[in-house]
Amino acid sequence: MHALVHPFGETFMQLALLELVFLGVVGAVVGCWILYYELAYSAESLAHALFPGLVGAALLGLPLLVGGAAGVAGAAAAVAIVRRVPTIGADTSVAVVITSLFGLGVLLALSSATPPGLDALLFGDLLGVTRNDVVASGLLAAVVGVLLLALYRPLLLVGFDRTTARAFGARPLLVDLALLGLIAVAIVIGVRALGNLLVLALLVGPAATARLFVQRMPRMMAMAVSVAIAVSFAGLYLSYYANVAAGAAVAAITVGVYLLAMAVRATTAAVGGPSGRAHLHRHRRRLRRRPRPSHEGA
Amino acid sequence: MRDLTLLIVDDLSAGYGGPPVIRDVTFALEPGERVAVLGPNGGGKSTLFRVLLGELTASAGTIAGPPRFAYVPQTERSRLDYPVTALDVALMGTLASRRWWLPVGRHERHRALAALDRVGLHEQADAMFGELSGGQRQRVLAARALVQDAPVFLLDEPFSGVDVTSAELLSSLLDELAAEGRGLLIATHDLDQATRWDAVLCLNGRAIAFGPPQETLTLDVLEQTYGGAIVTLPGRALGILPAHHHDD
Repeated sequence: MHALVHPFGETFMQLALLELVFLGVVGAVVGCWILYYELAYSAESLAHALFPGLVGAALLGLPLLVGGAAGVAGAAAAVAIVRRVPTIGADTSVAVVITSLFGLGVLLALSSATPPGLDALLFGDLLGVTRNDVVASGLLAAVVGVLLLALYRPLLLVGFDRTTARAFGARPLLVDLALLGLIAVAIVIGVRALGNLLVLALLVGPAATARLFVQRMPRMMAMAVSVAIAVSFAGLYLSYYANVAAGAAVAAITVGVYLLAMAVRATTAAVGGPSGRAHLHRHRRRLRRRPRPSHEGA
Repeated sequence: MRDLTLLIVDDLSAGYGGPPVIRDVTFALEPGERVAVLGPNGGGKSTLFRVLLGELTASAGTIAGPPRFAYVPQTERSRLDYPVTALDVALMGTLASRRWWLPVGRHERHRALAALDRVGLHEQADAMFGELSGGQRQRVLAARALVQDAPVFLLDEPFSGVDVTSAELLSSLLDELAAEGRGLLIATHDLDQATRWDAVLCLNGRAIAFGPPQETLTLDVLEQTYGGAIVTLPGRALGILPAHHHDD
């Protein structure tokens, strides 16, 4: 028991845990939408594209959110401009812009003229988060959380059938933009903790794990949040006792849990599985409800 | 009684940027009427619906109708891997009537359950949408349209790929809705069924004919509507060569 409590006697561990919990809660819920909107790769690109904005904001002493917003706007404009070059296809233009912007960001962050510490935006500095960082993350997480609650019905409708969503009162373009905005904010929250390269693990991993076991969206979100919090604890323990980088430990455990979940799911599916059992249960219930045939004369 | 007319479409043309997919479409829908929209695949049935729903802008002509329609899309379009129950789908019909940022309330839930009950799926309210049969899914989409509670219903091939029980249930639901004084516009491939409704609108790029089925469905109109796909069946009944139902 002491081994479990002991690490969290330290302030830096408490702050790291709080930071991860904020990211985990928001990231897991956003992650469920990322999966069903098939935006995992777009989210990864978004994280890379807004990177120079984050570095710029850090250099200028501005809030990271401002840098993130400028980064996203800059990336969108750059994609739009590069797309107009006739010899570059739409797909290629995105790749060209994303890699160029990410390269620019890395160049800025790791340049010898840049003040030390900016490489944390790339790899995260979970154990170095300050009280102010945690407060900022908490506020952002609260705003994103409220918006996610408010957008639940439009998001569910547009994801179900975007071609007909307008007929039911939703505007798919606005809903898509809102979701991309929320993903960008979640990335900004996560950059401090896990870094630009690893933040996607906590956005997609817990949601992907939950999707293997539960079917309804609210339950999936609840399970994804639980998984995110569990891997946060596990990652911090691993980092504390094995003396490895905390962000990397959290990301590695997130992926490990997903792989383990896949194995469990594959094994249980082979012997009936949770959904198979549910089917059987429903079938039995139906059988029970049916009037029993009389066996007169039998 | 003209002011009671639910929907008046006058000389409507629309397309996707190129030449119009439908042109010169004129018809009216009165309360209690079931109007079959007939035509081959690509004839413009779905395009007409998209214009009425505001997804496409008309390039010419006018539409005078209710601000919102109740809509039953083709069931093949729905995602089967999506994490929603039958009740979740039915509740989607409440989005326009309750502010979008508010969670569903008890009243909405009650309405959605009543709609599922009406299509015979009260027991399946908590079943995953993707695990239902094709006919049951179509009934869930019909329940969602019931929740929308609009004076005019647009149904895009509601009977395609549907089992007999579901087809009978949907058919009597359409009769009930008409008896309530609602107007129904039903895209269909089933000529036989269309003859039992109040009017037919034949579309093949342009409006071929509109009127009561007995007077309107002449051999000439059917040939213009379906072209070579029309055949004479034994017993001199007319039939249409089976077509795959996809987006128009």
